[in-house]
Amino acid sequence: MKAAVISFPGSNCDFDMLYALQDFGVDAQIISAKKNDLTGFDAIFLPGGFSYGDYLRTGAIAHFSPIMSAVTQAANAGKLIVGVCNGFQILTEAGLLPGQLLMNATPGFICDEVELEIANPNTAYTNAYDNDDTILIPIAHGEGNYFADETTLDKLEENHQIVFRYVDNPNGSAHDIAGIMNEKGNVFGMMPHPERAVDQVTGNIDGQKFFKSILSGILTKA
Amino acid sequence: MTTVTNNELTPEQVRDSKIYTQWGLTEAEYELIVSELKRLPNFTETGIFSGMWSEHVSYKKSKPILRKFWSTNERVLQGPGEGAGILDIGDGQAVVFKAESHNHPSFVEPYEGAATGVGGILRDIFSMGAQPIAVLDSLRFGELDDAHTRHIVDGVIAGIAGYGNAIGIPTVGGEISFDPVYAGNPLVNVMAVGLMDQAAMQVGQAKGVGNSIIYVGAKTGRDGINGASFASAEFSTAHESDRSAVQVGDPFLEKLVMDATLQAVREHSDIIVGIQDMGAAGLLSSSSEMAAKAGMGITLNLDSVPQRETNMTPYELMLSESQERMLLVVKRGEEQAIIDLFQAADLDAVIIGNVTDNGRYILTFDDEIVADVPIDFLTHAPKQNLPMAEPKRIAGFSSAQFEPAVNDVKQTILDLIAQPTIASKTALFRHFDSMVRADTAIKPGGDASLVRVRGTKKALAMTTDVNARYLYLDPFVGAQMAVAEAARNIVATGALPIGITDGLNFGSPDNPEVYYELDQAAAGINALAKQLNTPIISGNVSLYNETDGQAIYPTPMIGMVGLLSDITNATTVDFKHAGDSIYVIGETNDSFNGSEIQKMQHGELTGQLFAFDDTAEIAAQKLVYSAISKQLLSSAHDLSEGGLIVGLLESSFAGDLSFDVQTKQADKYLFAETPSRFVVSVAAEKAEAFEQLAGTQATKIGIVTDDDVLKVVTTNQTIMLSRTATKKVYQESLACQLKA
Repeated sequence: MKAAVISFPGSNCDFDMLYALQDFGVDAQIISAKKNDLTGFDAIFLPGGFSYGDYLRTGAIAHFSPIMSAVTQAANAGKLIVGVCNGFQILTEAGLLPGQLLMNATPGFICDEVELEIANPNTAYTNAYDNDDTILIPIAHGEGNYFADETTLDKLEENHQIVFRYVDNPNGSAHDIAGIMNEKGNVFGMMPHPERAVDQVTGNIDGQKFFKSILSGILTKA
Repeated sequence: MTTVTNNELTPEQVRDSKIYTQWGLTEAEYELIVSELKRLPNFTETGIFSGMWSEHVSYKKSKPILRKFWSTNERVLQGPGEGAGILDIGDGQAVVFKAESHNHPSFVEPYEGAATGVGGILRDIFSMGAQPIAVLDSLRFGELDDAHTRHIVDGVIAGIAGYGNAIGIPTVGGEISFDPVYAGNPLVNVMAVGLMDQAAMQVGQAKGVGNSIIYVGAKTGRDGINGASFASAEFSTAHESDRSAVQVGDPFLEKLVMDATLQAVREHSDIIVGIQDMGAAGLLSSSSEMAAKAGMGITLNLDSVPQRETNMTPYELMLSESQERMLLVVKRGEEQAIIDLFQAADLDAVIIGNVTDNGRYILTFDDEIVADVPIDFLTHAPKQNLPMAEPKRIAGFSSAQFEPAVNDVKQTILDLIAQPTIASKTALFRHFDSMVRADTAIKPGGDASLVRVRGTKKALAMTTDVNARYLYLDPFVGAQMAVAEAARNIVATGALPIGITDGLNFGSPDNPEVYYELDQAAAGINALAKQLNTPIISGNVSLYNETDGQAIYPTPMIGMVGLLSDITNATTVDFKHAGDSIYVIGETNDSFNGSEIQKMQHGELTGQLFAFDDTAEIAAQKLVYSAISKQLLSSAHDLSEGGLIVGLLESSFAGDLSFDVQTKQADKYLFAETPSRFVVSVAAEKAEAFEQLAGTQATKIGIVTDDDVLKVVTTNQTIMLSRTATKKVYQESLACQLKA
């Protein structure tokens, strides 16, 4: 599997994602958001950070980056697209995932480790977890409050597009949503950071199965 | 030489109006400039002398003391005098660290003051060629019952978060405490730590005649003009006009500057001669110091300086403290590679001058020379030897120790852990991204924080510490204790303390009592640093922390870094297993003057400080270091504010386990702050080996339990507390007081 980690100006979790992928043996590389070609990549990761400073609405400027047309193309071609934190915000801005990430219900940046439940274990992102697993994954965001209109939320529920939910909602997200995918299941976004929970020395390895899930999916397909 | 730009005062008007005194130059200093130049300095020249000769830039008042700091040993690759100090950590790698204060700006404009404090110290690190890996904050505020203090706390926390989180360097630790003396002078000290290959080391020097001075990063505006002079004067509540002296930060831009600078160091080390960030006194101090250090001269063409405001004068361009700017010296003829690299990152990169061999600092503007002064003279402010006198309060202190009232010990414990200095700081620290970069092995809330060195077995422990109350009672011993506590924090993780950066925060040095405090504190730091083999490789001085005549406690923040050779030995404060034995290392004595319980019950800190025994301190540290390297400890926690009871509670809360302990002393000793102590827990199968190693140094006091009861038996009585209820008080008190 060949993976691209997109580096937007202001991305700051690009290397964390790269190292996590490399730890799992993935042939991954950083690709600048100023490029406009993603040919040859099986999976594309949009990492966390403050793209273009995020002084405007988060992700609002990033989604106009040259790379985003290539990301959209890859999404349409069924390639795997994964956005974490700021990456999730960019995917909603780009319309590749429904809804919006608003300011946390209690304003202010929160860095913590929170419990997530696996809302749908049959996805490319969760198949290595057990159905009733509760996992602890770091969060670090000021704007992670997932919002969508009722129709969209109903659709997300109906189609099992909600992949992770917060056990104890930290930011006010609708339906306790921590991560969602598109209808086809190839575009996924989550606010928590699984790439920060892959190495025993940091005290948390609950994110390992997230990467194992992605790898097994890709390997099966190939 | 032109003398009038944009209606600036003429040299004669400068002399007659004495405007220089408003900029902090004394009349004697002005006279010295006149006699050295053999003419009247013009407006711009007077301005640049006021910036360069401010205490904040020149350290003219503190240097006689700072010079005594011990700063060399086998690890030191770079001592004081550059952006940051550098220590060898083996494998061709080095750790770079420094602390900086942003006290005055944070009082006037808490958010931007704190934010730009983070930005400034990070530039010091990456200007050495190092990748910043962590930030720590040492914060002091007034009491939380004051609405203005709560406003400052909110702003400072949001500012640190706003900058550090966005640039993506984790805020891994630090400490926060509260005392009324900081109400008009909050302290915001930021320490940054970086990692580098020794081969990539950079220095801020402008060598080589004809080499180019390249300005990179943000454009220059009118923010923070003459901020260095502003930081070198006392506050008065009668003067509210200081707001324009605070800079505005842009972490996004700094991230671009940081990444591009580090890329330039990686790819073009052969053509980069020197790098320096533009900090205090901006373009002026960075350019003049780089040239002075290399024994060269410099000529700058100010028309080339990127500007974001119109009609800026030479004075404003030189004294602006606009953020996110760097100065590079690059070999003549090789500039384009550097300019291209920065421009690819959408950053300004402009040649603004060159290195000369005439020893002069020359500025041109609008095709005319607007300043021409000897660079050595400009960068060497006349030293001042100030008088010192032992503070009168110290001579008046009683030798008796404070006697805590312990009629209702349970309530005393609950009251104590609700004190903002003791209570959990999670409500504040959770706003900081402590995990970005995914290398944080021990997060905030423990003794020291631990950051792994990716690709090796090594990790770096780091902490900031000082209990200024002790220094208020005894500046020499209190400073020794600050170094000792920082080292205990490092040792409790399993790491070996290897070096110190300091942030010396004091009142006005013109007050002989304050100058005495500074002198004694530095001597205390130095004395213990030598014994611990932790050289003082960098630091910062912040004086004039006085408002309306009220000086802060002498507060020399000690930032310490330790090296853990095998990260799998990392040890944390939390109890791990029910049944583990709990030991106290070190003796507990009558140590109550300056303690948290004295402040809480007496409202005032007074009396002679209790004793510090450096031999006992080093022995306790050696024991813990050796026990951890033999993997004998389940947990280790240093004892400090609040004494044994607070140490036990913190280990209990962090591990969600309880304790059942028995002391052979009366109730009050639970609160004694005797230094040189740890509380550790040991698994049953390792108890024998530990006891053998410890000999008489450790006393078993009980065991870790898994029920909800916290039980302490003293010689007076048995105290039982519910862990759930007590933890709630500890966890929620600060948030509650912040909302008040």
